[in-house]
Amino acid sequence: MRGSNFLEMLEAAVPGGVVGTELDAIDPWIEIAPERLLEVCRWLHDDPAAGFDSLECITAVDWCEPDEKKAAKISWEPHLELVYHLWSTPAKASLVIKLKLPRWKDDVAGRLPEVASVAGIWRTADWHEREVFDLSGVNFLGHPDLRRILCPEDWVGHPLRKDYEMPLDYHGIRGR
Amino acid sequence: MSQIIDDDPRIIEFDVRTDEMLVNMGPQHPSTHGVLRLVLRTDGEVVSEVEPHIGYLHRCAEKIGENVSARQFIPYTDRMDYLAGMNMNLGWALAVEKLLRHQVTEKARHLRVLIAELGRIASHLVGMGAYGLDLGTFSPFLYAFREREKILDLLEEVCGARLTYSYITVGGLTADLPPGWLAKCEAFLEQFEPVIQEYHALLTTNAIFVKRTAGIGVLSPEMAINYGCSGPVLRGSGVDQDMRRDGESIYTAMYDGYAFEVAVMKNGHYPRDHTYPAVPSDAVLGDCWHRFFVRMLEVVQSIDLVRQAIDRYSACSGPIGEPVKIAEKLPKGDVYLETECPKGQMGFYLVGDGSAIPWRVRARSSSFSNLSVLAELCRGCLIADVPAVVGSLDIVMGEIDR
Repeated sequence: MRGSNFLEMLEAAVPGGVVGTELDAIDPWIEIAPERLLEVCRWLHDDPAAGFDSLECITAVDWCEPDEKKAAKISWEPHLELVYHLWSTPAKASLVIKLKLPRWKDDVAGRLPEVASVAGIWRTADWHEREVFDLSGVNFLGHPDLRRILCPEDWVGHPLRKDYEMPLDYHGIRGR
Repeated sequence: MSQIIDDDPRIIEFDVRTDEMLVNMGPQHPSTHGVLRLVLRTDGEVVSEVEPHIGYLHRCAEKIGENVSARQFIPYTDRMDYLAGMNMNLGWALAVEKLLRHQVTEKARHLRVLIAELGRIASHLVGMGAYGLDLGTFSPFLYAFREREKILDLLEEVCGARLTYSYITVGGLTADLPPGWLAKCEAFLEQFEPVIQEYHALLTTNAIFVKRTAGIGVLSPEMAINYGCSGPVLRGSGVDQDMRRDGESIYTAMYDGYAFEVAVMKNGHYPRDHTYPAVPSDAVLGDCWHRFFVRMLEVVQSIDLVRQAIDRYSACSGPIGEPVKIAEKLPKGDVYLETECPKGQMGFYLVGDGSAIPWRVRARSSSFSNLSVLAELCRGCLIADVPAVVGSLDIVMGEIDR
């Protein structure tokens, strides 16, 4: 992660793109406005000052506590968090960007939250976004071929959601 | 357009390419590494499109990680890349230690280097032997496994397991080396080093092998980076990157003081710290031959690192230190750490929420990204070259599907 100068340049290139920073964490990260993701990523990839030519990993973290007793004690609102780990091959530097999504689009259970696909910038994102879609249930708009990758095509639900329930039966195979 | 087709049936005759065929390769194709299914769209012998279907070995490792403590997850990591279990244990252990801000003893650090580099040799030997199988030659496989057996014997003596070790663990290692082990290890290295010339004779300089691999499946450095390729696949394209040197400080500190040169071609030359055959004239940087050759160079490099680690480990006195508690509480926060596994950069992402069980575990598989480039590499090559390209990526499906 580069210094504050880098953040100023990012702010100048994409005004309002960065909505929060956490620079004291073990892995410092910046939070991006979901609707500005594509602009920010385009700048991070193309601008020589940034030069993040490689996307290492996309992760979705489901912040949801299905246990009602525990849920009463938590301080955060339920949401999905997408974490992008970027890497610059020439500079050997890394960057973590995060963004927050609602767990369901318009709060209707079953409607997947949407965010722009970055597969056009880093090809790594192609399979990683398919995996996040498959396991965590995020709809990547503009993805060339968004379908399940690890689970079978007819699988129901997104297993890495915290409130996911194991199916009792799959084509006659006992689930529990 | 559809109007014209409907009107004149002859146009369909010309428009549909009757010689195009969908060929299914796998799952369980003998020359694929694990259960991988490829659907090839072919025009005669020429492949126009490859679509990998993965997921046959999916065991929900990330979901399991959300239900066991960080130390209990160690056995699941060596079942991802089961050919380099030690390196996988190390990657996860370091990621958790990064979150815990835990530092292992100096003795444990050198022992980890020793064990991890032995694991790297074992993994590259399988990579080499299985690549021979992919190309239809059986004997290199036997030669490779002859030596690998000896490494497995050594590792078995250390931890009791031959494949799924769980030896390197969070906060150190489960046990110190048994007495007399170092001498056995040194004897093995002594015997192993000259054997590498046999491998070069069997494969690297073999005329048929060179014909099958040189100039096939050329991966440009830009494409390799854009697809997130790593490890020998990336270095085989001439990109100078090795996490042991370029990674985060918690990982590079492990190799602090060790002398090694990254096995990558620079200005037309590979590092000249040992003898190796000349690069064949028809090999192009980034082709199957170079990816294979980088692995062979890394075997030699690892022998050297093991020797250095033996010296340093012997110089340390005292105990190796205790691992952390099984139910060690994880602080709030998230960490991501990539380590240089034999197959490439293996990343572990871990979110702690104050309890012993991680809130989220993510394994960024190197083979996953390395395999995703297959569709690009195989476009326009022959069907017979597809196994050659798949083999040169040295993937392991257990890690891709997790």
